[in-house]
Amino acid sequence: MRYVKPLVFAAMLAPLVWLVARAFTGGLGANPIDRITDETGTMALRSIVLTLAVTPFRRVTGWNEVIRLRRMLGLFAFTYASLHFLTYIVLDQFFDWTAISGDLTKRPFIMAGFTAFVVMVPLAVTSTAGWIRRLGGRAWQRLHRLTYVAAIAAVVHYWWLVKADITFPRRYAIAIGALLAFRAWHAIRRRQSPAPL
Amino acid sequence: MLVRQAPDIRTADITDERHYVNRRAWLRTAVGGALATAAVAAVPGSPLVTPVSAQAALPNVKKSGYTVDEKWNSYEDITGYNNFYEFGTDKEDPARYAGKMTTRPWTVKIDGACAKPADYNIDDMLKWFPLEERVYRFRCVEAWSMVIPWVGFPLADLVKRVEPTGKAKYVQFTTLMRPTEMFGQRDPVLQWPYTEGLRLDEALHPLTLLAVGVYGKTLPNQNGAPLRLVVPWKYGFKSIKSIVRIRFTESQPATAWNQSNAREYGFYSNVNPEVDHPRWTQSRERRIGEFFRRKTLMFNGYDQVASLYAGMDLKKHY
Repeated sequence: MRYVKPLVFAAMLAPLVWLVARAFTGGLGANPIDRITDETGTMALRSIVLTLAVTPFRRVTGWNEVIRLRRMLGLFAFTYASLHFLTYIVLDQFFDWTAISGDLTKRPFIMAGFTAFVVMVPLAVTSTAGWIRRLGGRAWQRLHRLTYVAAIAAVVHYWWLVKADITFPRRYAIAIGALLAFRAWHAIRRRQSPAPL
Repeated sequence: MLVRQAPDIRTADITDERHYVNRRAWLRTAVGGALATAAVAAVPGSPLVTPVSAQAALPNVKKSGYTVDEKWNSYEDITGYNNFYEFGTDKEDPARYAGKMTTRPWTVKIDGACAKPADYNIDDMLKWFPLEERVYRFRCVEAWSMVIPWVGFPLADLVKRVEPTGKAKYVQFTTLMRPTEMFGQRDPVLQWPYTEGLRLDEALHPLTLLAVGVYGKTLPNQNGAPLRLVVPWKYGFKSIKSIVRIRFTESQPATAWNQSNAREYGFYSNVNPEVDHPRWTQSRERRIGEFFRRKTLMFNGYDQVASLYAGMDLKKHY
């Protein structure tokens, strides 16, 4: 874990470094704002999938230490989602609040994306050890199940925004669906056999 | 009126291709202390596009009066960022993959309700009409836009030559179907081959162009070589590319995006800031190369087509 964690950190940060590097060197193509929106959104979604994968991965492999990556992955998800949201507010709309409020009330795909982002805010705030202690493990865990809501809202956001090609939204939907199904299956099995796994 | 007769574009207003190629190199080195947003707003197109020199220059092109006096988008933006789903759904995909398409020999089948149906060879067709350069606004349904100097001839000239009969009320266009060269056609993203259509009076409107070139040179494959439609007052997807068939019909023909999602893509698809796409607003657009969004104009600024739709509810016939 001593090497794994910094390596994962670097791997998660690399797409952002690459994005910024291209922003300064003319590598973002004809429509840079669109590109930034696209890539930060994709990274947010990927980070969410990885965050949700930690627990199933731990259960399947028995490698318990992997849980120590979960907060970092979750905070990367929040970071990329924040950048995605800020790109929309600042670069795409440039604080045009009339347009933004119109989007938020009339465009289902924007509403879904905004929901995903808003839900992640309390999760990021309460991600510290201090907040786990203050809330108590059980309440904290219950609160953090909002991750599932964020994941579903994020994939719905993606699905609703594409014009015709659902290849990528479908991939994320399958991944998130499988990870949530694993949890459901695990919860049912635990209820049936009271012995701890 | 935004479209004028014969306003000459001053040579000084046109960026020499040498310079925008150089500007890219300059930008790469001028990383300096520029703000990220400023840099983002200023960067030109992707490096993956066909070099300008790859296309043959078109001779004897006269300037047309149907031209807007606005700054042209760069050749690399026009040829490096567009939709051509036959080559993938990313906007860089056409520039990357369209090179595989063979554009000679090329025949255009003209059939349906007309007096002279035949399979016409593209090289013969090109000799029929003088070519002209027209600088048009191009507005994508995705709310981005460009200004593009097309080279072509009015569709009306071709239509008149093949003499549509009294039964002809619409014109349907079909794109090449060749999945071995157009890998996007292996997935049913849209119903292949791509089809589009116009009402006959729209097809006969003097603004409606059949383009064979851009920036004074033959069309690169990604922009719809060797022959494409350009209908500047409609959303970009109406301007069908790489046409192999033109058919005159009595009833409204099927069109690809309308078949895919009729609620979102109507047969007419006139640029209209008053009628939103069900999922996003059409009131504003981002001109490629600009930071701030600009207001979208009714009929993309081509007010002279309004009479085609007199008495029609354009909210219903979107």
